[in-house]
Amino acid sequence: MSYASDEMMTVIAARALRDAMTCFVGIGVPSEAANLARATHAPDLVLIYESGAIGAKPGTLPLSIGDGSLAETADCVVSVPEIFNYWLQPGRIDVGFLGAAQLDRFGNINTTVIGDDYAAPRVRLPGAGGAPEIAAACREVIVVLRQSRRTFVDRVDFVTSVGFGDGPDSRQRLGLTGPGPQRVITDLGVLTPDPVTCQLVLRGVYPEVSVDEVRDQTGWDLRVADDLAEIPPPSGAELAALRALRASRPLSSSDLQGAAR
Amino acid sequence: MTEIVTLAEAVAAAIRDGDTVAMEGFTHLIPHAAGQEVIRQQRRDLTLVRMTPDIIYDLLIGAGCARKLVFSWAGNPGVGSLHRFRDAVEHSWPVPLELEEHSHAGMANRYVAGASGLPFAILRGYRGTSLTTHTASVAEITCPFTGETLTAVAALRPDVAVIHAQRADRHGNVQLWGITGVQKEAVLASARSVVTVEEIVEVLDPRPGAVVLPSWAVGYVALAPGGAHPSYALGYSARDNDFYLAWDVISRDRATFASWLDQHVFQGIR
Repeated sequence: MSYASDEMMTVIAARALRDAMTCFVGIGVPSEAANLARATHAPDLVLIYESGAIGAKPGTLPLSIGDGSLAETADCVVSVPEIFNYWLQPGRIDVGFLGAAQLDRFGNINTTVIGDDYAAPRVRLPGAGGAPEIAAACREVIVVLRQSRRTFVDRVDFVTSVGFGDGPDSRQRLGLTGPGPQRVITDLGVLTPDPVTCQLVLRGVYPEVSVDEVRDQTGWDLRVADDLAEIPPPSGAELAALRALRASRPLSSSDLQGAAR
Repeated sequence: MTEIVTLAEAVAAAIRDGDTVAMEGFTHLIPHAAGQEVIRQQRRDLTLVRMTPDIIYDLLIGAGCARKLVFSWAGNPGVGSLHRFRDAVEHSWPVPLELEEHSHAGMANRYVAGASGLPFAILRGYRGTSLTTHTASVAEITCPFTGETLTAVAALRPDVAVIHAQRADRHGNVQLWGITGVQKEAVLASARSVVTVEEIVEVLDPRPGAVVLPSWAVGYVALAPGGAHPSYALGYSARDNDFYLAWDVISRDRATFASWLDQHVFQGIR
């Protein structure tokens, strides 16, 4: 079955989740991936949304983190101060998914502004949301984004959420309790941090993606693992489940723009 | 003690030019009807506080009501950019917009500190981020017991909180349920408050997980059925996801936005 590169990205993100994990879910690819995992190999995945819905079991993909289907199917709904203070901050949540507009070699994330001047940005992005504390406190952080020279930059214009800061020991020095980004999943392959240098290393590529292509789409001198893996493509079952999920969700503007192109 | 009045009366009495106003509701129960009434009454120089500015503040910003925005995530959820917010930040249209930006956890804790009558709240957060360089209401603090370095965020003490709830009774006791966000904290942190409700009932029957704000902690209550649209009120309406998608088109262009504002807010065509 043929598939699009962003379908591959979502499927790989879903595979990163194990059954019965607790997962802090944001909207977009993270929500798609988490709900895909729940529909396939991880039926007991615990979805936690920053709106306060703990153990949400939406039947269709929500458009926002606060859709009615999340509150109505949750094990409990808590206040926003409680979700951050009692549930996220102490490190109770296994995995947090984050997106990014820019990412650097240490997995630091920018979702705030593009351009050097904060006061007069070239592009004003939405900002932090729940991401800085998710990046700080989850037991595992997975970053999902499309890979290009625009997104994989030598230096992020703004550090919204800290990965490994400026290298080894940064997280400890800053008092960040979680271990930081353990995996970056893109539309070309998968990167993980080197245990010593904390710099992202290319660990696997998707079928028909070359290392040169990945290097081409990276704004720094990318290291490649000696035992680089070729990651198996989505199975028919994974693709069918993902497409059924997407069909259940209202179209977003990126779909509309995609359709117009 | 609560006064039960019309929405126009509540806004006229509670919100003045130059006020710091927090309209809260986390995706659910966003007080859109009240926000649009503030636009109709042409309030100016407001400092708008809200975790997720959403369409409600995109409208107020585009209509020229705001001088400053205090927030943590300014996007159209699941859709993309807030175009009026971006136009104000990137091009100072229709007026320049000062920003004070935080994370969600920081904003939630700032409300908790305000509601608790404390000058600041403490959390693990912000350290290593660029937010600390650009936001004055964040500082490092040393734990007096362990010596650990933590983050202090200044309390939010708005002049007015504005929220939407499912119900109030004739005495002005307010009840809301479902995703209750940070509304209780916002009301208790603020000097005045306006609560719009789907309905006013004789007696509030108990609801599992509901937040009840007693009448003596609430300023004004106004009946505004459907007042959360395009957000929703659990048990009364569904989130109008199509409108969130349509807003991307309406708000992208200044002229289209101005014409929508004129028709739907000033002339009241639904």
